[in-house]
Amino acid sequence: MAGYTFSELGSIFVMQGFSGLILFSVFLLMALGLAIIFGQLGVINMAHGEFMILGSYITYICSNVFSEYMPALFGISFFVAMFFAFIVAATLGAFVEWAMIRHLYRRPLDTLLATWGLSLIMQQSFRVLFGTREVGVRLPEWMLGSFSLTDLIDVQINGLVVMAITIVLTAAVMVLMLRSTWGKHVRAVVQNREMAGAVGINTGRVDRVTFAVGCGIAGIAGSAFTMISSTAPDAGQHYIVDTFLVVVFGGAASLFGTIASAFAISQSQSTLEFFITGSMAKVVTLLTVIFILMLRPQGLFAPKIRR
Amino acid sequence: MLNIFPKNMLFHLAVLAILLLIILPMGLDVFRLNLVGKYLTFAFVSLGLAMCWGAGGILSLGQGVFFGLGGYCMAMFLKLESAQANIGCTRAQQETGVCIVQSTPGIPDFMDWASMTELPFFWLPFQSLPLTIVMIMIVPAAFAYIIGVALFKRRVGGVYFAIITQALASVLSILIIGNAGYIGGFNGITDLRTLNGWDIRTDDAKTFFYFLTVILLLVSLLVSQFVLKSKLGRILVAMREQEDRVRFSGYDVANFKVFVFCFGAMLAGIGGAMFTLNVGFIHPTFVGIIPSIEMVIFCAVGGRFSLFGAIYGALVVNWARTVFSEAYPEMWLFAMGAMFIAVVMVMPEGLAGLYNKYVEPLINKIWGRRKTTSSAIESFE
Repeated sequence: MAGYTFSELGSIFVMQGFSGLILFSVFLLMALGLAIIFGQLGVINMAHGEFMILGSYITYICSNVFSEYMPALFGISFFVAMFFAFIVAATLGAFVEWAMIRHLYRRPLDTLLATWGLSLIMQQSFRVLFGTREVGVRLPEWMLGSFSLTDLIDVQINGLVVMAITIVLTAAVMVLMLRSTWGKHVRAVVQNREMAGAVGINTGRVDRVTFAVGCGIAGIAGSAFTMISSTAPDAGQHYIVDTFLVVVFGGAASLFGTIASAFAISQSQSTLEFFITGSMAKVVTLLTVIFILMLRPQGLFAPKIRR
Repeated sequence: MLNIFPKNMLFHLAVLAILLLIILPMGLDVFRLNLVGKYLTFAFVSLGLAMCWGAGGILSLGQGVFFGLGGYCMAMFLKLESAQANIGCTRAQQETGVCIVQSTPGIPDFMDWASMTELPFFWLPFQSLPLTIVMIMIVPAAFAYIIGVALFKRRVGGVYFAIITQALASVLSILIIGNAGYIGGFNGITDLRTLNGWDIRTDDAKTFFYFLTVILLLVSLLVSQFVLKSKLGRILVAMREQEDRVRFSGYDVANFKVFVFCFGAMLAGIGGAMFTLNVGFIHPTFVGIIPSIEMVIFCAVGGRFSLFGAIYGALVVNWARTVFSEAYPEMWLFAMGAMFIAVVMVMPEGLAGLYNKYVEPLINKIWGRRKTTSSAIESFE
């Protein structure tokens, strides 16, 4: 560490920590929907990344429409886009559940293969519709630029916005799962499907809504993703394995676990990136996670029940 | 002996052998035959998956790791041999292009480009062919053993096992791409020329490697069938169906899982090595997440409960890929995606299932045979 003064080193750690927080936001946004679908339904949704990219493309379309027809309102285009991203992704999710997933419950390995096929089809559709090249969304004025905390530390506004969205969305999911009637129904169905059906819960509908909400959250995640990165048809595939590890590492059924593991994985990766190359940082992080999973196969936070 | 190989099995074996050893070599030119040879190297992986996933119920999404390890082992030997040709080159030979210009002659070109000056220790065994052949078998199996013991002893299975093996595939491909100096990086190991002084790029060599691949594949098929028909195979199938019951009967389930996983890995490794010989290079794109899961579809399309099905599946899917990518390149991913969905939703037993249901009764009728109870295709259903 020769050549750096103490304050410079401190700033570097803060900056790495900040980029780690952005990575944390991306992981968590993706993992939230995945945790709901995997944790509650036991379905491995390999097309989750593509649902996210769907949200990104919706945002891209939305921002183009706004800048073309309503330039005065461009500042709020992102929020409108997020809404549409949720609706479109959730609708497609509900359709997929109806056409495919509902026939495959309790066969998780088969859901994995079938949704992988779905992801290939969605990916190729994006290529046909939007071209193979990456597209970027123009950010509104208020999202550009950065705060300077000190001379050395800059904090980008778009990163902060993504974090804010992450916090709001996580809180909303928590409330939805732990406080709302729907959340109670979901948990009841997960714990005992027959009994939940017997007391009058429409389990099939709960499944469908759960899957749709998970996909919708992926859509919002994709929308937020456009603020910090450009969108390519296969971008979702780069994150899907990492995100699955986040969910599994945290303990499939636990939202707190998902948050904790997203934080641990993203921070360790971005901190390691400073010392070794980015790819080696990823290798070390993945291997550590796998090693810990060997010691604790049920994940960090596992519900203490017998299956 | 007849117990292990029932009549139907011998019939199907004969059909496969005639197809691969006589019909295809006579009907195809060397280029196409070489392509079929490449498809058949994937059939090794598919066969291994039929054992792991079909018989044992363990879905590994990391078979690309073992395929890659085998392929890289073979490529390292060939690369060292072609690099050794540069030792003792004179300046004049370098300038006229007989030799490659290198600052350290005798090491592979990509190491020279990464300004390394000596071979890393793990390359040393690959200077000898017998040792390389041993390594092709041992390295993938040893990796599988470590992964298997670590996971199965902790009772990690099912989906979790699939996700972890997928992560391992991603780890290995990142490692290979990130270490250009040690293992060739993103370019893979290319420009392989000779095997013990014999030029592997000629048509004769390609034909030879095709037949070598076919014979090794048929041997692997017989060994797999032998394993399945033994008591071990029965325990595997029992384990797939009712794991706890097998455990309560006093068997250590983990050991059987580790065995079948290592067996599948070894087959994948041999496939990888044959791939390098047939194609003449190895590349990290055959290691990562996407190729690994594609290998699963070869097996699933053919029928995961059938060894023959697994082989035909690899042939059919790869052949379809070639045809599609030549005619409608953008349609291939749609077709592939539809295949994944169709295989899961409507034909979980794949082509072999269709064969058993429709074709075999027809054949039996024509030959006037009574329906046999143990069908060879569905040998471990």
